[in-house]
Amino acid sequence: MDKSPVQDRPVEHVASVPTRRELYEAGVRRRSNRIALISTVSVVLALIVLVPLAPGWDAVQRAFFNGKVFVATFPGLLEAFLLNVMIFAWSAPLIAIMGLAIALCRDTRAPALFPLRLFGIAYTDVFRGLPVVLVIYIIGFGIPGLGLPRPWNSPYIWGTLALVLVYSAYVAEVIRSGIDSIHKSQRSAAASLGLNDRDTMRYVVLPQAIRNVVPANMNLFIALQKDVALLSFIGPVEVFRQAGVYKSLYANFTPYVGAALIFLILTIPATRYADYLMNKQNKART
Amino acid sequence: MTAKLSLRGVRKRFDDHDVCKGIDLDVAEGEMVCLIGASGSGKSTLLRCMNLLEPIDDGTIWLDGKDISEPGLDPQPVRRQIGIVFQSYNLFPHMTAVENVMLAPRRVRGLSRDDLRPRVTELFTRFGLGERMEHYPDQLSGGQQQRVAIIRALAMEPQIMLFDEITSALDPELVGEVLDVLRDLRQQGMTMVLATHEMGFARELADKVCFLDAGRILEQGPPEVLFAEPREARTKAFLSRVL
Repeated sequence: MDKSPVQDRPVEHVASVPTRRELYEAGVRRRSNRIALISTVSVVLALIVLVPLAPGWDAVQRAFFNGKVFVATFPGLLEAFLLNVMIFAWSAPLIAIMGLAIALCRDTRAPALFPLRLFGIAYTDVFRGLPVVLVIYIIGFGIPGLGLPRPWNSPYIWGTLALVLVYSAYVAEVIRSGIDSIHKSQRSAAASLGLNDRDTMRYVVLPQAIRNVVPANMNLFIALQKDVALLSFIGPVEVFRQAGVYKSLYANFTPYVGAALIFLILTIPATRYADYLMNKQNKART
Repeated sequence: MTAKLSLRGVRKRFDDHDVCKGIDLDVAEGEMVCLIGASGSGKSTLLRCMNLLEPIDDGTIWLDGKDISEPGLDPQPVRRQIGIVFQSYNLFPHMTAVENVMLAPRRVRGLSRDDLRPRVTELFTRFGLGERMEHYPDQLSGGQQQRVAIIRALAMEPQIMLFDEITSALDPELVGEVLDVLRDLRQQGMTMVLATHEMGFARELADKVCFLDAGRILEQGPPEVLFAEPREARTKAFLSRVL
């Protein structure tokens, strides 16, 4: 019978009888869990007991957490949210393309393309520096104000443009940071093989850069999903605006809470996923 | 004798640090030249200057009698003829081994994957990586990655190969497999310049060994002479440290 050295070692023994170290760590873990539990329970209890003691609690409960109003309005809110999803769905690809184009503009080195580079810099400076809602107002009210014929006065077109302008500036900066993060030895290797700058960017740098910035860009697109609600200021009846309509109809704020829930149902899993990607990437780097 | 590659008075400075202070060197066709010397003596920079990854500040480099160091000259055709392999492999991590190798021949020489397949497969097989062509770099050991990097440079069919301390980042047991590749190339008559710390290897195979010290070639000669009876005190001191 063959006796491998591995079997001679008391493997099972180690697994069944914990070492001193393991006992100690298990003790520390139990203690931490106990403290965390006690502290959480006491905070929650305090909230449950103290908040209803506030003088306005009954009024707030009626105005914001009214079950009947919630049931009556939630389906309508969900329907209105489809418009948010649609606006998001056509804005996001435009933003990705525009962001990449701006990032590449800023990265050009050829003297003849200097105007492009200047444009890229000015673009990101301007649109990163403005509140989204302000851009939506200026473009959404300003351009249709030129007296354009239908459908060119649609708030969907100009609202989308405003979102694209602002968010592509953010995305461009993120992509550029991704390009900068690729070690210059990769460019050296490409150059030493005789690849020109364009091919080096296209085949070597960009594919790696884009991959590196996926989590950061996901966070931006989650923010975009929320900011779609800002278009309600210039017309489209999306979920926030619809909640406002219901609020007036029922003289009750519960629809706003419903709208908030809808956003959270979408954004919490998305942010968790982005965090997961980010963590995975950080681990891969170390 | 006209050299394949000739350097005269090559100078290179980074900021206020002179890295190469006037290098004269001739590399004949089919010759293997080893550059030895302490870290920071300018070996790597000299290699990077040879295939124009670093522009030189002064001096001249001739390839086949043609001045390739002229400012403003398009470096790409030169780099096609002079391949370089780096200490840290520098493979493209998002491509398989075979895609790493095929990228430059496809883009620069305009060949298709089908054109390249037989020759590339032959190279992979010759260097013991026939089973590894579809692997990504992070699925390969250091020695395998470095061999892929060598194949990648060879696929451009260069006339000269430069090797920048290509075994320095490898675990000792993997050094041999990479040195075997160099022996193979040596037998094929490839013109090679190596920056290396592998003194045994340099002594065994080099036609000429150059000792670099503080940006100058202090001493050069056939390995049996330079290793056995170095003239300069600094060469002696260096060799006594590393041998």
